[in-house]
Amino acid sequence: MIKKIKITSHNQTFYEKVKTISGEDIAVCDRCGVCTGSCPLTIEMEISPSNIMKMVQLGQEDVMDYNSMWVCSTCNYCTARCPRGLDVSKVTEALRQIRLRTSFDKIQIDKIPKEELKDLPQIALVGAFRRLTS
Amino acid sequence: MRIGVYVCHCGGNISDVVDVKAVAQEAKKQGDVIFAKDYSHMCSGNGQQMVIDDIKEHKLDKVLISACSPLFHGETFKAAAAKAGLNPYLIEMSNIREHCAWVHFDDKKKATEKAKDLTKIGIEKVRNNEPLETIKTPIGKRVLVIGGGIAGIQAALDLGDAGYKVHLVEKKATIGGKMAQLSRTFPTNDCAACILGSKMADVPKNKNIKLSTSSEIEKVEGTIGNFKVTIKKKPTYVHPDACVSCGDCVTPCPVSMPDEMQWGVTKRKAIYLPIDFAVPNKYLIDGDKCLNIKAQKKTGKPSNVCKLCQKACHQDAIDFSMKPEREEFTVDTIIVTTGYDVFDATRKPEYGYGRYENVMIAPEVERVIVHKGEGTPTIDMGERIAFIQCVGSRDEQLGIEYCSRVCCMYATKLSQLLKSMANVNNEKKELYVFYTDMRTFGKGYEEYYKATQKMGVKFVRGRPAEVIEDPETKKLTIKVEDTLNNRIIESEFDKVVLSVGMQLSEGGNEIAEILKIPKSEDGFLQEAHPKFRPVDTGKDGIFIAGTAQGPKDIPDSVAQASATASRAMRLMNQGEITEEPLKAFIETDLCDGCGLCVDSCPPGAITMRDNKAVVNPVLCKGCGMCIASCHVDAIDLNMYTNKQMLAQVEAALKDKKENERIVLVFANDMCGYKLADSVGTAKKAYNDAVRIIKVPSTSRVTTKLMLQAFSMGADGILLADCESKSSDFAGSLEMATENVNKIKSILTEIKENPERVMIFQFATVMLPKFVMLMNKMAKIGNDNKPISKANREILEKNISKWLFEK
Amino acid sequence: MKIPYYPGCTLKSTAKHFEDSAIESAKKIGIEFVELPRWNCCGVVAPLATDDIMRHVAPVRNMIRVLEMNRDGLVKDEKRLLTLCSMCYSTLKRSNLRVNELIDDLDVLNDFMYKEEMNYDGSVKIVHFLEVLKEMGFDKVKDKVVKSLENLNVAAYYGCKLLRPKEIGIDNSEVPIIFEDFISAISANPVDWHNKSKCCGSFLTVDNKEVVVDLGYDILTDAQKSGADIIVTSCPLCAYNLDNRQKNIKEKYPEFKEIPVVYFTQLMALAFGFPKEITGFDGNYINSVKLFKSKNIKV
Repeated sequence: MIKKIKITSHNQTFYEKVKTISGEDIAVCDRCGVCTGSCPLTIEMEISPSNIMKMVQLGQEDVMDYNSMWVCSTCNYCTARCPRGLDVSKVTEALRQIRLRTSFDKIQIDKIPKEELKDLPQIALVGAFRRLTS
Repeated sequence: MRIGVYVCHCGGNISDVVDVKAVAQEAKKQGDVIFAKDYSHMCSGNGQQMVIDDIKEHKLDKVLISACSPLFHGETFKAAAAKAGLNPYLIEMSNIREHCAWVHFDDKKKATEKAKDLTKIGIEKVRNNEPLETIKTPIGKRVLVIGGGIAGIQAALDLGDAGYKVHLVEKKATIGGKMAQLSRTFPTNDCAACILGSKMADVPKNKNIKLSTSSEIEKVEGTIGNFKVTIKKKPTYVHPDACVSCGDCVTPCPVSMPDEMQWGVTKRKAIYLPIDFAVPNKYLIDGDKCLNIKAQKKTGKPSNVCKLCQKACHQDAIDFSMKPEREEFTVDTIIVTTGYDVFDATRKPEYGYGRYENVMIAPEVERVIVHKGEGTPTIDMGERIAFIQCVGSRDEQLGIEYCSRVCCMYATKLSQLLKSMANVNNEKKELYVFYTDMRTFGKGYEEYYKATQKMGVKFVRGRPAEVIEDPETKKLTIKVEDTLNNRIIESEFDKVVLSVGMQLSEGGNEIAEILKIPKSEDGFLQEAHPKFRPVDTGKDGIFIAGTAQGPKDIPDSVAQASATASRAMRLMNQGEITEEPLKAFIETDLCDGCGLCVDSCPPGAITMRDNKAVVNPVLCKGCGMCIASCHVDAIDLNMYTNKQMLAQVEAALKDKKENERIVLVFANDMCGYKLADSVGTAKKAYNDAVRIIKVPSTSRVTTKLMLQAFSMGADGILLADCESKSSDFAGSLEMATENVNKIKSILTEIKENPERVMIFQFATVMLPKFVMLMNKMAKIGNDNKPISKANREILEKNISKWLFEK
Repeated sequence: MKIPYYPGCTLKSTAKHFEDSAIESAKKIGIEFVELPRWNCCGVVAPLATDDIMRHVAPVRNMIRVLEMNRDGLVKDEKRLLTLCSMCYSTLKRSNLRVNELIDDLDVLNDFMYKEEMNYDGSVKIVHFLEVLKEMGFDKVKDKVVKSLENLNVAAYYGCKLLRPKEIGIDNSEVPIIFEDFISAISANPVDWHNKSKCCGSFLTVDNKEVVVDLGYDILTDAQKSGADIIVTSCPLCAYNLDNRQKNIKEKYPEFKEIPVVYFTQLMALAFGFPKEITGFDGNYINSVKLFKSKNIKV
């Protein structure tokens, strides 16, 4: 079934929020797809990076329902190649922040197996907890 | 005095932001203003007629039009004044569109206040205007056309046919340009060589055209009606009169290299004919590659190395001792058709051009198709071919924002040609074009695109991220998102063709510097107005056509070329040209004969006669540098007199409120003012404290005027001039800089922030820089405060002392 | 030459061999690392939310230390801050870039850290060890090589943070060569390969092991296909994902053959003739000693 949507001023609010947090002028995305083609993590993503950009453009908040923003490792391949000079990784960060700032944690330390926790280097743990928890 | 004031709505362009009625009311309060009207379109026939009627009916002797830029409609209203019998120099414009409504669109109140101020400044200027007469000089019918591509050829032929004397100068050994390197042309699939060849052949046949190939422009001096040109002709080492183009010289030549006219697809010798339909159809020797010439250059003496071609030539045409020649001549107008360079695809390493042997650029494919068509196949294109669009276009990673306009169509053409050639030969061929947007805007183009789709070429919407070569098979994998299907394609191809964009040619850049004509933000040559003066430049008598002005296809290039021919003829056919009376003049009564002004004038226009200074108007360029040298204010400049300058400054500052900021920007009309207009056209907002006053050059702004302005309450002064390489006035920038430094030291002395005064050299493309500086100037000061009353008083008291000391 | 040095968390723990090999090798070519007094964690990942300045406090505090070192004479007119870890390099450099671009942010940060003895003025320059070596000239490195690694085919793994975003990259983001030049300088043989800057999965290794395994498999097998015997990196997180995670890769892809992943400084120390206490190959997960033996390189 094809999803039907309405575009209202509420959508504009969401768009503005993402724009403010990311600092990116998302409106200029043309969806050429270079970000998606460059992204090494699309194998795990439910929607592509360029799709995220277009959904945010129209303020479609259900962009948050897909896993893609959590899969982004901010490797900046998209940033280095975007012909409109946009940084998609800042947009995925903005989406994560919007979720995290509702006092949400994507990962919990007690859910990580003990032996993993012992093995993982500091850099991985600090990085993950700073990106994925509030 | 009877002044009439008009405030234009510009069909909403102004009135949507500025309360034009309020501006008119404010104007009416000014002294001598008989009436102030607002009207929807002042520039329209009705608007002009209204001015004409009013001048007659109300016996107006001064008129101010508050509307758009005087660079845009100044001439329109001057003409209207003349029709009404009023001296055209008694009409002025205030720019409340580009300098107000378009840059303060976010604050109607502030915009309206500023529009009132700008109108008042205009009223005070025009109040002090004097009647002047234009200067007339004769003009002949000689034209220089720079660049012999299709645009240059068209312009030269049009002018030659109309009886004008044309000198066509081409850097390469043949005319024909980039079009001569194409296979076929869209949307008709005509063979490029066939339709261009006959046009090229017409050039030497035309008795009014002189052709200089292998020649470069070295120097151009002077102005319209009197451009003095020096060209340098490189030696071809073959006497063109003796050469019969038999080609016997080629076989013995031992030197072989990639043929640049063939985009390296085939090779040529050191002695060669550029293309088989070359004009002039004469062989030449490549001085950088020929063994004999190289030996000569090394030793500085004639050499006996090689000479095989000379032995083979029955005509005795080859002369290794040929030297470069210079030629000087004078023309009245110049047409620049220097064309484009293709984007250097190695700047996009993710696509692998130059690293992967099977990645090609589109121009190479043009030649592959030509050779295949001629039955001499070169490169096998394989079975699966992918085109990647927008390589070197629409890519901010490269600093290239613009669309190159032709790539969609040429990729469509090349894929269609490859497909149809394969069909004829019963070969299998799969073609894919990966695009961001297909732009097939021209006449017959969309139909052509559809026909190509019908033939089975697949168009996929997605910009490829990268091309990966298999090190063993050398096949290429493209990674791209099919954005219309939400899929990622990772697929293998035999050849990948990069649809490279256009940029201003290297030669075009050199010519822009020699002629001092401006470039636009995209790096191409800038037209005087994008809509109404699309082939004129900022310089009178110099025109641009073809891809030097911006990416375009053959039909557009040809149309523009004919337009330049027509614009040039329009000027030359009159027999004389009018020049603004922008000249210095002496108030003989005041002159005390000190003679200091004589040395201050770079073109040497001032001499002493009977102990009084005299200006030669033919030599005077109107820079205004002499004014500051005169300690008794006896020298002045028409159109920008001391009275007019001071009146404008006073008007800008007299109603300044407490805590209000006013920044005066003295912008020279060639760069600073034009840039401010461009910023307006681009709707880039900046601080509304800025008041822009037009000057011919920033050296016109004397230290006295700047001190007066500060004492009256200016919070900042910015002198906006050209970069030195495009400045028309020798020494003017240096003098302006010196003046600014003097003011800085005075400000420092009174413990004011010296940054309140500044000079900046703008290229006409520096829009963001301009905005940044405006905002910076509007906030500068001691602790970010307006200039203090105390300091203003100190300045006022000491003006004459400082002027005397420094 | 004395240069302020920022180790970061992992170089003091699981990547101690990275630090040791780097410090000793650097000494040999006349560079003395002077560790920042009272350094603090940079935060690992670069702050990306534009409205959140506070995450720049940690990086900027470290830059204040560099100014203090200059004031206190620990280094002389040396405002460069040297990093080894790619993550630290990227995070510090991006923060430095931001406060230099947005002066107002710097004021807020200085205000917030009013108890610091000095204000930060944006004047520190964050550099990576590879950049410093390049600037000195890789010839200086070459001169100190006593043990030839000429038979060793080395794949340089840049990962993301040394190259992207472009404005902080130590080399061209698409066709970098600085790492390869380094490998040549220590007499080893750099191999050209495609996945040299593909993402290893980074911190996702904590909650999304699957994706890290898949990415690692792609990266490592590509290196092997291109003829690499060993991979070098400069990031402890890449090292973990590509080295330690090979056990998980093997679980998912049984045909996968292991390949050693070491820090570039370890090979440097090896070429410079340091003993195994310094080269620290015991610290890597996949054993590299066998490989060296097969290439006749004594460890």
